[in-house]
Amino acid sequence: MRTFRHGVHPEDHKSLTADRLIERLPVPDEVILPLSQHLGAPSKPVVTVGEKVYRGQLVAEAVGFVSVPLHASVTGKVTAIEKRHHPSGRLVESIVIASDPHSPQTLYDGGRRDWENAPVEELLATVQQGGFVGQGGAAFPTHVKLTVPQGKRVQFFLVNGCECEPYLTSDHRIMLEYAEPLFLGIRIIHRILGAEKTFIGVETNKWDAIKSLREQVPDDLPCDIIPLETKYPQGAEKMLVTAVLKREVPSGKLPIDAQVLIQNVGTVAGIGDLFAWGQPLIERVVTVTGPGIHNPSTLLIPVGVKLAEVLDYCGGLRENARQILFGGPMMGTPQQNLEVPVMKGTSGILCLTDAEVRPRREYACISCSSCLDVCPVFLNPSRLGMLARVGHYEEMLEFNLMDCMECGSCSYVCPSNIPLVQRFRVAKGMLREEQARQKAMAQ
Amino acid sequence: MKAKMPHLVLSASPFVKRQYDTPAIMRQVIYSLVPVVLASIYFFGLSALLVTLVCIAGALLAEWALGGKGPARASSIADGSAIVTAVLLALTLPPGLPLWMAFLGAVVAIVVGKILFGGLGHNVFNPSLTGRAFLQASFPVALTTWHEHANLGGFFELRGDNLALPFTRPHFDAVSSATPLANMKFDAVPTALSDLFLGSTAGSLGETSALLILLGGAYLAWRRFLNWRIPIGIFGSVFVFATILHAIDGAKYPSGEFHLLAGGLMLGAVFMATDPVTSPVTPKGCWVFAIGTGLLVIVIRQFGGMPEGVMYAILLMNALTPLIDRLTQPRVYGTGRTGKAGA
Repeated sequence: MRTFRHGVHPEDHKSLTADRLIERLPVPDEVILPLSQHLGAPSKPVVTVGEKVYRGQLVAEAVGFVSVPLHASVTGKVTAIEKRHHPSGRLVESIVIASDPHSPQTLYDGGRRDWENAPVEELLATVQQGGFVGQGGAAFPTHVKLTVPQGKRVQFFLVNGCECEPYLTSDHRIMLEYAEPLFLGIRIIHRILGAEKTFIGVETNKWDAIKSLREQVPDDLPCDIIPLETKYPQGAEKMLVTAVLKREVPSGKLPIDAQVLIQNVGTVAGIGDLFAWGQPLIERVVTVTGPGIHNPSTLLIPVGVKLAEVLDYCGGLRENARQILFGGPMMGTPQQNLEVPVMKGTSGILCLTDAEVRPRREYACISCSSCLDVCPVFLNPSRLGMLARVGHYEEMLEFNLMDCMECGSCSYVCPSNIPLVQRFRVAKGMLREEQARQKAMAQ
Repeated sequence: MKAKMPHLVLSASPFVKRQYDTPAIMRQVIYSLVPVVLASIYFFGLSALLVTLVCIAGALLAEWALGGKGPARASSIADGSAIVTAVLLALTLPPGLPLWMAFLGAVVAIVVGKILFGGLGHNVFNPSLTGRAFLQASFPVALTTWHEHANLGGFFELRGDNLALPFTRPHFDAVSSATPLANMKFDAVPTALSDLFLGSTAGSLGETSALLILLGGAYLAWRRFLNWRIPIGIFGSVFVFATILHAIDGAKYPSGEFHLLAGGLMLGAVFMATDPVTSPVTPKGCWVFAIGTGLLVIVIRQFGGMPEGVMYAILLMNALTPLIDRLTQPRVYGTGRTGKAGA
């Protein structure tokens, strides 16, 4: 079985939703579309309050290259453009749309896009106009990633179907139910990249998906499905490259420097839909799960639906629910407000209870080396943690702090409950601030 | 139905944790030592039990009195490391040791061996061995008076002079006997390997049964609470170096098997050298540490003035641990062959 070295084996809890068919959430009364749902410049509204908008219509345009536009996810009326609660915990300028209960909610500008003959630049422009971002969680604009820089080459295209975060099963369901748009998306991206071959990496806790994709892969598509050991963080880009191709991404570089490009299965299937019938990124598959929710489900949710509404649809929170995360339990973001919207990058909503969320006493580091044994990029988290504790951030750079991808494996295994990865985030933040300060002083 | 707004907790990822925390690991170490302690009680009777209990009492008292205040005190008692230190110290002591010395040794182990360095995780030397080194330097006679066990007396008959009053001259009777290593070194009398393996020889509490120590260590290594590289590395290097000497002069230098099974090597290699705090964290560093320890054991046993050298070998390598760690940083992903060595 192919895999990478080190990593951890948390209990996966995927059986809660692995067999739940994707189910469409009913049209909500209201959606909140934050102008910043992606990495890069926030988009700029092109509609005004009171204006009628249709499902799939452009409501905010991209500002610059590293930015994507935003589309109405329901047909209705713009009721406000104002600051609203954002899953990051900040207040972010958002377009609020009240849906029209009498609308059939058909797509505004549907129709097939020509992808066989259009030049590559046009395909990339279509992807940007579709508002696409990586749906695995990082929400990086897809067209930027798909643009191969001058002088670089993509030999292999990797489709990430690992879904190594415990609890989450949205990618699993997409591979089972959306194989057709997935393979179409692969074809289109193949054209854009000029890649030799595609590999779909899937962890072996999803054998049914591996089997069904293998049965359905078109004969003329150079695409292999690669079973990978079930191990966290198998879905991290660097780990996926190492597992599938036995090559390493150079430190500080991107997979493309190892002639590889990676997209999440959800993103690729979405691009298939975009070219097949013109649907921009206005809805996505979200796993709603955890011991704290009554009916764990797999939902197709319009972007911008409020968290509270999704929870209600799934039977509501249980009495002992104590923490709600966007994303999985290893790298997700905790939410404090049920009014925040589901975004383009929200892969899961995880409701944890008192049993999981108990405070843990921190003990002294006993140098047990568990963290060294699991770090997938072979750092020395034990030493880094000691340096962080006393604020020696500069020295942490000599121990390759910047190679840390914050997967949290070290914190997961630490028997002394030391919040290692959190200390590394703080250290990185402090170093960035210091850098900015020095830059400002130099000017 | 409207979702009721619960009291939501904000914390940092990851939100799931592996089950075992430090106290749980310490408990596992204690469990794995229970058979060894029971064997010492079987072999040495009440004396062994008393020495062990007094060590535990001394260590906990020192931890409670000096291990910080408030939450720090609660945490340092709760982590269980003081009990591990105490039991390991007891296992290095002769059963007939006056109890007040055992108590003093445990206090020194905790205070000098750990607290003075800043508490658990900051100490340079293994606390148990620090305590024993102190006792050996202070009371050399008492620390090297060993007792035959199996054939003498019942459970309740005390070995040696356990109840000697502090600062009086302990009275040692005529039943003391030499350890296999001393027999070999000073009189060239070997001991049967099977006796060494099962433990029916003279020695300290935990120096006797190689079998039970290996079982405990194997359990801990299997559960990954113990770094297997260290005992394997020590056994390997001791065996290789001893075998080379044995091949040069078989009459003067005993075989590799004898060295492996005699004295405190098993206890030292499995439970002392593997103390995570005082051994390297990097895999490569563990090998260097283990091979260095094995080499020093043979050098001290064969060329030094004392019959046994495990304690000093480990303490010397403890001192080198920060340096070894610094020079054996792992290769970082995506950076070619060698990672950047620490500053």
